[in-house]
Amino acid sequence: MSGNEAIARGAYEYGVRLASAYPGTPSTEILECIGALYPEIRAGWAPNEKVALEVAAGSAYGGSRSMAIMKHVGLNVAADPFMTLSYTGVNGGLVIVVCDDPEMHSSQNEQDTRNYAKFGKVPCLESSDSQEAKDMVGEALLISENFDTPVILRSSTRISHSMSLVETKTRSEGPKELGLKKDPMKFVMLPAMARRRHPIVEQRLKDVAAFAETFPFNKIIMGDTSLGIISSGVNFQYAREVAPSASFLKLGMVWPLPVKMIKDFASRVKRLVVIEDLDPFIEEAVRLMGIAVEGKELTGICSELSPEKVEIALTGASSARSIGPIDVELPLRPPNMCPGCPHRATFTALKKNKVYVSGDIGCYTLGALPPLGMLDHCLCMGAGIGIASGLDRSLGDLAKGKAVAVIGDSTFFHSGMTPLLELAYNGGSTTVVIMDNRTTAMTGAQNHPGTGFTLRLDPTITADIEKLAESFGFKRIRTVNPYKVRELEKIVSEELEAPEPSLIISRAPCALLKTDRILIDKPYDIDKDVCKGCKSCINTGCPALEFVKIEEPAEGEKRKGFSKINPALCVGCGTCYEVCKFDAVKEAS
Amino acid sequence: MSNDRVYNVLIVGVGGQGIILASDVLGLVAARHGYDVKKNEIHGMAQRGGSVSSHVRFGKFVSSPIIKMGEADVLLSFEQIETLRYFPFLSEKGKVIVNDLKILPPAVFTGKQDYPADVIGKIKSKVPDALVMKADEIAAGMGNPRVANVIFLGVLSKYLDIPAETYEEVLKETLKPKLVDINLKAFHKGRLLAA
Repeated sequence: MSGNEAIARGAYEYGVRLASAYPGTPSTEILECIGALYPEIRAGWAPNEKVALEVAAGSAYGGSRSMAIMKHVGLNVAADPFMTLSYTGVNGGLVIVVCDDPEMHSSQNEQDTRNYAKFGKVPCLESSDSQEAKDMVGEALLISENFDTPVILRSSTRISHSMSLVETKTRSEGPKELGLKKDPMKFVMLPAMARRRHPIVEQRLKDVAAFAETFPFNKIIMGDTSLGIISSGVNFQYAREVAPSASFLKLGMVWPLPVKMIKDFASRVKRLVVIEDLDPFIEEAVRLMGIAVEGKELTGICSELSPEKVEIALTGASSARSIGPIDVELPLRPPNMCPGCPHRATFTALKKNKVYVSGDIGCYTLGALPPLGMLDHCLCMGAGIGIASGLDRSLGDLAKGKAVAVIGDSTFFHSGMTPLLELAYNGGSTTVVIMDNRTTAMTGAQNHPGTGFTLRLDPTITADIEKLAESFGFKRIRTVNPYKVRELEKIVSEELEAPEPSLIISRAPCALLKTDRILIDKPYDIDKDVCKGCKSCINTGCPALEFVKIEEPAEGEKRKGFSKINPALCVGCGTCYEVCKFDAVKEAS
Repeated sequence: MSNDRVYNVLIVGVGGQGIILASDVLGLVAARHGYDVKKNEIHGMAQRGGSVSSHVRFGKFVSSPIIKMGEADVLLSFEQIETLRYFPFLSEKGKVIVNDLKILPPAVFTGKQDYPADVIGKIKSKVPDALVMKADEIAAGMGNPRVANVIFLGVLSKYLDIPAETYEEVLKETLKPKLVDINLKAFHKGRLLAA
């Protein structure tokens, strides 16, 4: 099982009754797996992580074992309920699974969730393989119920997406009585009540710290005493791989820390090193205990660690005998929008209008890469609309007819609705383009409130973006098919000229979706004799196109090359047909 | 189990080539054989045509889910230049299996950069016994271009100590029933090609 599958399995085995999440790499597969395999668990996608955590909190207040799942930056969105949930505590066990992404394989930053655990005064567990990931769901729920606190189960890309062997068990239900119980002193955080809760939180942290000393997933493994390594998560595995004879303090609970255990371990080894990704979280805590320790001066803070980095940190060199690199300048292979992607068509139309584009997070972020180069901002989920609006209103004439925001449908429901309302409310001339591809594409096509289907593919409501914008007061709302690039281009230029906020809904299903398909799935063709080699089509960045260089030009040949379509990749979106000025692209027959 | 060593197999290529399936099957095969197995890959953005790598490690006891750079026993690459990208992972004594296929990255298909010349020659100069094959053409010749990954699994199986029957069992259990026959044929084709 992958770490994510194991966490889903843990939710099942340990009696979780409700799970809620918003997709985000590397956490997405947890709820997908719960949806597919464990009908005993009530589960659904939430529009965003804040809502996911609130739904899980409500469920836990009612006595159910509950789980909220998100990626690291999702906890920023959920930070508001998270911080006060620490005060109210729970009833039924509540585990918040947060998956960090050191190295930013698929993220906009590499923040370290352990800081949130400390900030929120909430215990944080961390597993080092899939078996532990599953077991720790049970441990987290027990700690949650016994100490009346939400618990973070921290994963990482290398735990979530690594597979290792897991022993399974049958399901057992949680211990709490289910029902609606009035307890305003605990659950209503008015100042008077919150003041009473805060000391309880402080005492709870001390109690959990005492428990951490005997928590079975915190363990000392004595070996050679010349080197003692404190580590957790996948880094424990790396360290054990490269220094198998060393002594280890392996932490399964990374907040609060077992102070006595750490002091005891430190006293038994000559050299003490903390091996941890990202922030010097454990290292600084150990130093505060007055213990001499090495850490970040060896491993660095940025990026993820790896077996060779850990070995070099500990010994100064790698013992591996690599064959070494072959010195060739390699073209990079970044992810790219797929052939037939409707976003490519939308960006192509925007490019013609020479606009300044604020975007955010989704497949459309890839529009920032060459040759499109059409995204000027990506900050966080939902940020593009606010940024465009701020640029437009602060710059006035300097940004006139230029400020455009792009946002995907799933991101719009996640956190685009409130900035759209701000734009309608405070005005300006920003043009917002919702690139509605009918799915959460970047994370692998999850449903959302605009698709008409739930996590488990049951039919449900389809939120109507046009009506929503209308109710916000938008007067200019246009819905277009992005593959009609020339038409979209014209509509964009009309809306850019409008002195009030405009909304363009550029709607076509993701090219990877099998349902509601409007693509013809027949390849276009380029007449290479008609092609002038102007690269208009090439500059859309479509992987189904190739610029073929003319190495030995015939007499009178002015072209450097011509475009060619790979019929195996082309799905017939027609974007290249729309941009070709010389009628070289032939429609599929 | 034959010994205490850990086998390190690194499978690389481009999103959409069936790398994850191949490494999933290999992981299950190794587990079925009685090995401890760990496996890791970076996906997420992989299906957008990005570079993909999958680490599969198995043996009596495996700690790290990723291979230490310089310790891969086998580098199985589904695309020419992806072989070079991950080359430093290969150990001095490592084996290389390369698909003789070019998938052009954006900078190349847009005419900004050239695809590196003579990649196969460069690989052979470092690893003379590198096995090079046109798996996609062979797969197409068998009637299904999508079985190239399982042809490679067949090739790979000849470099490892797990019997062919174990692969067959796992393939039968993992694949949709209608795809089992063609994939078993592809697997054995791969074994023949490696011989």
